[in-house]
Amino acid sequence: MSGRIVARRVFMALALPIIIVVLWWVGTLNDTNPFVPKPVNVVSDLVTVWAGPLLVEQVVPSLYRLGVGLGGAIIVGVLLGVLVGLSRVARKLTGPLFEFVRAVPPPVLLPVLLLVIGIDDRSKIFLIFLGCLWPVLLNTIDGVRSVDQVLGDTTRTYGLRGWSRLRYFVLPASMPRIMTGIRLALPIAIILMVVSELYAALDGLGYQIMLFKQTFQTGPMWAGIFIIGFIGILLAFIFRVIERRVLAWYYGQREVESSER
Amino acid sequence: MSADVQGGVTGAEAPVLLSVQGIQKIYATTGGGGVEAVRDLTFDLRKGEFACLVGPSGSGKTTLLKVISGLMAPTKGKVVLDGTVVDGPPRNMALVFQEYGRSLYPWMRVAENVELPLKVAGVAKDERKARVAEALEAVGLSHVPKSYPWQLSGGMQQRVAIARAVAYQPEVLLMDEPFAAVDAQTRADLEDLVRSVWAKLGLTVLFVTHDIDESVYLGERVIVLSSSPTVILDDLHIDLPAERDQLETRSDPRFVELRHHVYEQIQKAKTYTGDTNTIRTVA
Amino acid sequence: MPTSTAPAERTTRIPFSQTRVSTPVLGVIGILAFIAIWELASRLELVNPLYLPPFSEVAATVVQVLIGDQYRVQFWTALGNTMLGWSVGLVISLVLGIVAGLIIGSNRWVREFTHSTVEFLRPIPSVGLIPIAIVIFGVRPTATIAIVVWACFWVVLIHVVYGVTDVDPVAESTARSYGFGPFARARYVVWPTLLPYLMTGLRLSGTIALVVAITIEIVVQAPGIGQMIAQYQSAGNAKVVYALALLAGVVGLLINLALRRLENSVLSWHPSVRGEVVL
Repeated sequence: MSGRIVARRVFMALALPIIIVVLWWVGTLNDTNPFVPKPVNVVSDLVTVWAGPLLVEQVVPSLYRLGVGLGGAIIVGVLLGVLVGLSRVARKLTGPLFEFVRAVPPPVLLPVLLLVIGIDDRSKIFLIFLGCLWPVLLNTIDGVRSVDQVLGDTTRTYGLRGWSRLRYFVLPASMPRIMTGIRLALPIAIILMVVSELYAALDGLGYQIMLFKQTFQTGPMWAGIFIIGFIGILLAFIFRVIERRVLAWYYGQREVESSER
Repeated sequence: MSADVQGGVTGAEAPVLLSVQGIQKIYATTGGGGVEAVRDLTFDLRKGEFACLVGPSGSGKTTLLKVISGLMAPTKGKVVLDGTVVDGPPRNMALVFQEYGRSLYPWMRVAENVELPLKVAGVAKDERKARVAEALEAVGLSHVPKSYPWQLSGGMQQRVAIARAVAYQPEVLLMDEPFAAVDAQTRADLEDLVRSVWAKLGLTVLFVTHDIDESVYLGERVIVLSSSPTVILDDLHIDLPAERDQLETRSDPRFVELRHHVYEQIQKAKTYTGDTNTIRTVA
Repeated sequence: MPTSTAPAERTTRIPFSQTRVSTPVLGVIGILAFIAIWELASRLELVNPLYLPPFSEVAATVVQVLIGDQYRVQFWTALGNTMLGWSVGLVISLVLGIVAGLIIGSNRWVREFTHSTVEFLRPIPSVGLIPIAIVIFGVRPTATIAIVVWACFWVVLIHVVYGVTDVDPVAESTARSYGFGPFARARYVVWPTLLPYLMTGLRLSGTIALVVAITIEIVVQAPGIGQMIAQYQSAGNAKVVYALALLAGVVGLLINLALRRLENSVLSWHPSVRGEVVL
């Protein structure tokens, strides 16, 4: 790639953000607005307040709950999704039921869980788990259901049954849809992680941000919100890297097919 | 090639390998009635034979292959392979589909695709590798074992499917219009490939096609099917020489005769009203 | 291995699970089974009935919440508040999203220029902005609306941009060569292409807006269904909490069905309009 093209891309990527930051800076020069801190303060708060013991005490527990909830949802969602997806009877039995449960807004489950489990890690993890389960489960079912007929017949004629069939045919064939389900679950995981900590919590990123708000430390509060954004971007990035490796064959195939058109 | 290589033992000496007996298939419709795709098909395939099934579109050719391969159960009748009734895909049979793009696993490389049925059947690793290499060489694809199927052209993909079937070492090879979706030049190469593989390995081949020329060129025997509800209209012995050549054979007067006969039968098949017909053989 | 047996006579009846009528029948059975498990788990005290009341009692509470004297007024007021935040937020985000989307989508330079900013702001979850919104607006419906707008705006924007950039360049040049001015082109070429994308974006936003509105109500006690659920949860009234959760699900389902219906009816004439435009 030529230097000019790279330079242009960098310019285009940074131009607007820089303008916004400059406007923000100028707008807060007068120190008047208690709600909107100076950009310099936000950055320094990020470094001084958040980096350090706070990171370990508050951010790590959040990430831990996020990881367990999301991980659990992926494992259970894929396993259950494969089981249900393979059986037409199971699909029809669970169809309307799942549609209804999916329509219940996940945050509504938070008070329910607080009732049943109480205010501790488990209710938060369970909330994240329940919220993320549906996209993974439903997409897995769909993926398993719509595997290619011809490939299915081929698999049968060559004697692949049971576990072999699952491992060499069903799972790889459904992988694109499963990945879509996981991708949809990522923002849900972050949202529920924050929600569970904003409401009734004893620690966590959301809890800490609320604390800053209540003690009128708007700088660290804004910094904390940016951290949420960063976590989201980081998670999406990690997922894209994994997806690109797992679905390399899928992207390759699509590229070839679209160029033939 | 020596004159001894006849491409398998044919005629009355060879034992019957595959016996299709009174196959009828009625598809149930959600309305309650049924669609009779195949009315009555009965024929025997001898070991080492290369037989072609020809028929107009909608003549239940694919249905028949699915029943023979055990993918579908017939409404009536049965298929007997080597003395055993077919009840689900049998171990010693391989099927090559028309849609090559959809019958190869896109997440596996060529060599892995060819190897998979052997792996699942429990063949030892060394032997697997040997068979895969042999099969790929037989179809002329030794240079692309690490490619993905979708990186190859249509003709090459179909060769991979054939290699996979060959490596599997079946007794019977079923082919469902395998070259219909391939361009004419590639088709000619693939036709010759199938014949050479058949001759070399002594397989029994049942080749379904709608292409009359292809059926006469390839087969030792051509079975003509009617349109639905399908029955056998004719069963010819192709007495062309065992050495077939795209140019020479196709301009052979006997070829033209046979082809003409099959063509006539097909035309009749299209207007077939369903009366039972005796099976005739052209000497 | 079995040897040849007598030819098998198989019937032509298709298995029940493949019939068309099995879909609703099995679906209902599935729901009933779920309810039965719920009821038994509670009655048999597999789960503490204090925290998981039997389904029958929850169902009775649902009726009470809807029409009984004790909860009726509070429920319908709360629902009204939630729906207010939902609808106003949705409409504002639609308008802003369409306008911004048209501007960004129709000009390559603008798209490139704004790309990095959009990609950075978009993933910031709306709930993360709750503290800021409360700080700026206080605990009032305006805060709810603001956050709903943030959440839905990006969805609408992305879909509108996709739609506008999907316009068939051949159709556009054809229209141009026939002398269609910018407004005529927008109406006959851009709009029909954009419509399906917009409808999808609308359907997604409808669901998101509901989730976000209820979330805010739970978290900061803004007036609405969420606030009501939180209130009864702190009071330990499990039956009402479950009843409200079920009702929230019903509301979600109704919104989803209504938007799907809208999408289908709007897009049913769409292909024919397109047919006329592509000359």
